[in-house]
Amino acid sequence: MELSRRETLALGLGAAFLTIMPLRVNAAAEDAIAAFTGGADVADGGVTLTAPEIAENGNTVPIEVSAPGAAAILIVAAGNPEPGVATFNFGALAAEQAASTRIRLAGTQDVIAVAKMADGSFAKASATVKVTIGGCGG
Amino acid sequence: MISRRDFLQVSMAASALYGVSGVGNWARLAAQQSLTPDQLLEFETFGNISLIHVTDIHAQLKPIYFREPEINLGIGDAREQMPHVTGAAFRKAYGIEDGSPSAYALTYNDFSALAKTYGRVGGLDRVSTVINAIRADRPDALLLDGGDTWHGSYTCYQTAGQDMVNVMNALKPDAMTFHWEFTLGSDRVNEIVESLPFAALGQNIFDAEWDEPAELFQPYKFFDRGGAKVAVIGQAFPYMPIANPGWMFPEYSFGIRDENMQAMVDEVRDAGADVVVVLSHNGFDVDKKMAGQVQGIDVILSGHTHDALPEPVLVGKTHIISSGSNGKFVSRVDLDVRDGQMMGLKHKLIPIFSDVIAPDPAITALINDQRAPYEAALSEVIGKTDSLLYRRGNFNGTWDDLICDALINEREADIAMSPGVRWGPSILPGQDITREDIWNVTSMSYPNAYRTEMTGEFIHLILEDVGDNLFNPDPYYQQGGDMVRVGGLGYRIDVTKPQGQRISEMTLLKTGEAIDPSKTYVVAGWASVNEGTEGPPIWDVVENHIRNLGTVTVQENTSVDVVGA
Repeated sequence: MELSRRETLALGLGAAFLTIMPLRVNAAAEDAIAAFTGGADVADGGVTLTAPEIAENGNTVPIEVSAPGAAAILIVAAGNPEPGVATFNFGALAAEQAASTRIRLAGTQDVIAVAKMADGSFAKASATVKVTIGGCGG
Repeated sequence: MISRRDFLQVSMAASALYGVSGVGNWARLAAQQSLTPDQLLEFETFGNISLIHVTDIHAQLKPIYFREPEINLGIGDAREQMPHVTGAAFRKAYGIEDGSPSAYALTYNDFSALAKTYGRVGGLDRVSTVINAIRADRPDALLLDGGDTWHGSYTCYQTAGQDMVNVMNALKPDAMTFHWEFTLGSDRVNEIVESLPFAALGQNIFDAEWDEPAELFQPYKFFDRGGAKVAVIGQAFPYMPIANPGWMFPEYSFGIRDENMQAMVDEVRDAGADVVVVLSHNGFDVDKKMAGQVQGIDVILSGHTHDALPEPVLVGKTHIISSGSNGKFVSRVDLDVRDGQMMGLKHKLIPIFSDVIAPDPAITALINDQRAPYEAALSEVIGKTDSLLYRRGNFNGTWDDLICDALINEREADIAMSPGVRWGPSILPGQDITREDIWNVTSMSYPNAYRTEMTGEFIHLILEDVGDNLFNPDPYYQQGGDMVRVGGLGYRIDVTKPQGQRISEMTLLKTGEAIDPSKTYVVAGWASVNEGTEGPPIWDVVENHIRNLGTVTVQENTSVDVVGA
């Protein structure tokens, strides 16, 4: 078989535009959280955020959040150019304070869930989701 | 490592296996004459349940040579912890004599010389003999296959995994989990799994569209053994669509899903399980972390990272057993389960010395049947090697160096990249290289050797990305492979740094110049996970190169400078 320079070029590891380095929490994310909490203290715990450790597809990352007793939950993708993802509001008759959705992540970053509790206090949980070019399995 | 004072009975495999040897010089060790099948199989049957674990066979039906790694770095809490210990430190940790059969089986030193003394390892006909011997002691022993079974050889590729399915079915496993199997494509995987005469398990195999458990794979199965109820939960490789081409199995989603693992453990306990066994393809460090996160697992049979450990590693009350790769080892694990709990465990990692353990003739015949149509192609001699060819290790192995040279020469590239996989047998100095040998280190369903242009910046990005898959201090962010192998490129890596800061001093070897982030380089590589990658299959590239060379000599590779190890 003959292999020549003229052989069809192929895109190797592709997607050169993909952001791979971890993205930092941007100011817009901090602003979004501050707007939701009105600057109040946010405790850790009381919120469960389930997200994959490594995204199978950064364009559609399944996440799930639950915070028993919450009135509302804010979801922020801290490294996205537009960090606000969603706010779930729960009425008094909601059977459970949990929701799931799919989000798009521009690169490796923290996803943060902030819950506003019925008593007006705030709690949060965060998870780092890695977006990788992958390709080297054992 | 397990404490000697632990109430559980754990056999000290290395010493119990061969007796305490007073012989220090390997050349004087009577080798095969003193090593008998009885010694290899000696095991005082314990408790009321036996598990037999095989994993990561990578389609190696016949005996092979397989050199264990010299460099296997642990990061963060894993630093210098098993399995991140190699060579003399490994032998010291387990009391293994230099030059002994255990030293040959478990460490890399003097490999070529010891290989000539102790011979090849593995072969599924020998594995069958060991399984039969264990079943003679305990007829209802559970045989559990950790996956990476239907991938990795010429015949496996040509038959789309059927050769392995036929031979494994004859060994009568009770359950299996998966990784490379999915690279056969979901249609083929579904077709095989539908007809498997044993359980196909994976609590983390989900339907990608609905994010619900996939119907074809059960999360767990119960077995009634020795008057107890044994639950075996499957855990497939979590990062399949990332480490391998997701477009080949788009209907499936994976992930670690340790919350669901906890839910499954709770579910089987509520349903009366006396003992919970996880058949895992997580990789060792991920299993170690999972054992700390998920409560109630008694035993994890660990696969994926190819570690061969002669003793279990204990995390809380969970015993993690790791059984090597390429058919080189079988683990026997006896459990004493009474009154709804595990009271004790006895384990032995059995090395399959193929000249010592007699083959099971029925399985030999079956293996030969699978190979017969391809025998001429398999056995064709392409060249010869003066150097030991091996792959295992965090950075380049000599097989990888040869493959990278082939890519640079045959594809006229500045730089070559080869995937950091951990499978592929070794070839001794002086041995012929056959077509089968080349396929054993290259066979896969996405083999195209691409040729493309990349900027220096992008090459850096790739090395940082793959480096983080290996050296992230949190095991849940590791994919369990090794570093991407490079040819034509030198670099320094500080494994203690975070992503973006590990790789420096990138140098184009042919000119000695520093890599310019904005300059474009011609890069050849293979095993791209992207759909539509074009180029000749890698095995043709390597075959041409070896044919042109005639005899292969691989120079020592000093182009990767590792810092912080």
